[in-house]
Amino acid sequence: MTSSPAKGIENMSKRLDPIIEKYRGKKGVTIPLLADVQKELGYVAEEAVGYLAEKADIPAAELFGVATFYAMFRMQPEGKYVVRVCRGTACHVQGSALIGDQIQRHFKIKDGETTSDGIFTLQYVACLGCCSLAPVLMVGDEVYGRLTPDKAVSILESYRDK
Amino acid sequence: MPKTLVKVGMASCGVAAGAEPVYKKLTEMLKDRDDVEVKKVGCIGFCYLEPLVEIEKGSSRITYGKVDEAIAEEIVETHIGHGETIKKYVVLNNSDEAPENPRLENQVRIVLRNSGLIDPENIDEYIEREGYKGLEKALKEMSPMDVIKEVLDSGLRGRGGAGFPTGLKWKFAHMAKSDMKYFVCNADEGDPGAFMDRSVLEGDPHSIIEGMAIGGYAIGASEGIIYCRAEYPLAIKHLNTALEQAREKELLGDNIMGTDFCFDIHIKEGAGAFVCGEETAMIASIEGKRGMPRPRPPFPANKGVFGKPTNINNVETLANIPWIITNGASAFNRYGIGRSRGTKVFALAGKVNKGGLAEVPMGMPLRDVIFELAGGIPNNKKFKAVQLGGPSGGCLPEALLDTPVDYESINATGAIMGSGGMVIMDETTCIVDVAKFFLSFVQKESCGKCPFCRIGTKRMLEILERISRGEGKMEDLDLLEELAYQIKDGSLCGLGQTAPNPVLTTLKYFREEYETHIQDKKCPAKVCTSLIKYSIDPEKCIGCTKCARNCPVNAISGEIKKAHVIDDSICVRCGKCIEVCPVNAVSVE
Ligand SMILES: Cc1cc2nc3c(=O)[nH]c(=O)nc-3n(C[C@H](O)[C@H](O)[C@H](O)COP(=O)(O)O)c2cc1C
Ligand code: FES
Repeated sequence: MTSSPAKGIENMSKRLDPIIEKYRGKKGVTIPLLADVQKELGYVAEEAVGYLAEKADIPAAELFGVATFYAMFRMQPEGKYVVRVCRGTACHVQGSALIGDQIQRHFKIKDGETTSDGIFTLQYVACLGCCSLAPVLMVGDEVYGRLTPDKAVSILESYRDK
Repeated sequence: MPKTLVKVGMASCGVAAGAEPVYKKLTEMLKDRDDVEVKKVGCIGFCYLEPLVEIEKGSSRITYGKVDEAIAEEIVETHIGHGETIKKYVVLNNSDEAPENPRLENQVRIVLRNSGLIDPENIDEYIEREGYKGLEKALKEMSPMDVIKEVLDSGLRGRGGAGFPTGLKWKFAHMAKSDMKYFVCNADEGDPGAFMDRSVLEGDPHSIIEGMAIGGYAIGASEGIIYCRAEYPLAIKHLNTALEQAREKELLGDNIMGTDFCFDIHIKEGAGAFVCGEETAMIASIEGKRGMPRPRPPFPANKGVFGKPTNINNVETLANIPWIITNGASAFNRYGIGRSRGTKVFALAGKVNKGGLAEVPMGMPLRDVIFELAGGIPNNKKFKAVQLGGPSGGCLPEALLDTPVDYESINATGAIMGSGGMVIMDETTCIVDVAKFFLSFVQKESCGKCPFCRIGTKRMLEILERISRGEGKMEDLDLLEELAYQIKDGSLCGLGQTAPNPVLTTLKYFREEYETHIQDKKCPAKVCTSLIKYSIDPEKCIGCTKCARNCPVNAISGEIKKAHVIDDSICVRCGKCIEVCPVNAVSVE
């Protein structure tokens, strides 16, 4: 087999081969495989899909199909912190739209976008399971509740220096 | 001297409310006390009082609410140091009166029997509270059919939404002939506004593992899969720890408890798709494919994961199982009414004083759940609606609050019991906006397979958007209804079949509010931004400039000490000016 030369991504084979080996020969692994690739690269790069398709012998169409179906997968790189603003029911009735609006204005990004300094990626999600503390947002794995628009912005600002 | 236990509620809700620094403070201050142990526990369902700290000594259990670092210090000095209870922070007390005692006494805690009491990362604490007794009894004293009969007799029905009798489901999977069967736990909890399952997964993971092992034994499965949504990182962490510990104690793996039964469980992380909560879509997702539902039959009991017989149960359903096997079917079906037996956990959120979890016997009237357990509506506002069953459910008005919570009664209203999420709304919530919210949710989450679900929901959403902009026509309401029924009939899975429910129930119970939007071009709850306008009363305005300085979009202008004005074309209706105005000069019309 010819190994395809890595284009934009450096050390593609070194970074992805261990992941491919981990799942080789197992059933139903497309989702965890892509999840691991995303963990490694920060996103599911188009060229990585091509590489996986060849090396892991999974049709590229299947990989793209799965990657675009699930909200978890991103085809673009993301910022240092992913900010998940809950737009679930409980948060909605407690004014989460205003929180999202304020973040959008303050950081000049829209849902799905990353700040130009690469620090925050904004994502609207449906329910983080802390509804009784609505409105809620999550930065990385940390959950913050009982927010106001101003509080949300100042929490995010505090991450800048971390 | 009995050891003093200091238990800090460290479920996601506790952590979100600030339990982490409290835990740190307590461990730091108490690190030299051999007679005191600080522990992390799950959620006891009093989320509105988080962070919670319980002090247990001998038979006395006293819980403090809304604890911050300063209060934690006080607790260490006064309570632990001098043995004096600090009354003003006490919320629960098992041997004396306390403000929140009634809220606990009104509950029957079967599913939540351990949540908030034990350290979920320590299997011994689960075992001490009768943990794995049910599994032992099943394996050593009962045949698989005995187990199924016990579950059938208990009257337990699926808590994931559809309410299908669990024993019957197990019987079908048991009867299927195959060399390999799967037992799946549905921990996808996709219904926004519901968090019962999260709380059990985080606070009592072994109850799920034990429930699955018993179920696996009953149907003859050797492999268990927990499909857990990735938005619950703490649940996944606790599950992994619990699985590890169960294997160490040989409660999972080969020849469990010295019997012939072999069973192990692994976790599949969801990847963020609501439709994957549906059984056949979940199976596709477990197989690594796009999570698209398929027609049934064949049912999962015959052809499920990788074509093998598969049984899928919800988290809460499974948490009941060990208790039922240990205590017997009749102890369980003692609770409930009609064909709804046992208890139901509700996630209470929205405009209520006491958001959190409550487990009550089936049949309790909605009114009691909302006004007793959830503590009614804050800020003297009026109750408007309760949303049950999430995107597949409906909004019920005041007039229906005497409806008992059981599957049949709730279904009769047009809503569904669903998974148990209850979002309560007050007069400041706009019903058209809520309907729009749910439709945009299902519209995004529709997998796209069925045209009615994919395109029909989009058309409905457009109509609702039109109405909320004040551009609706009265005929739109009929059109909404017509589309709703077509989507119900033309969709393959539960997502499309129930997607119109929020619109249908609001049209049924809150039609006037739609009509006001259409005919008067007004939003009575003052939510729909196109129909409201902010203005400053020049008589009242003192020209303090606060509003102008705080306006995030610079829509307000005016000189100091003179009346200010809002430029309506710039205003985004965020409400900041109302919040900061010292003289209530800003109003919304
Ligand atoms: C669109 C859709 C989403 C669903 N989401 C969930 C879910 O998140 N959790 C769940 O337990 N059941 C969910 N269900 C119900 C499951 O399909 C299934 O009925 C349930 O897991 C069966 O378990 P039970 O019999 O123990 O309730 C969903 C159903 C549909 C149609
Ligand atoms: S609705 Fe926001 S956390 Fe559940």
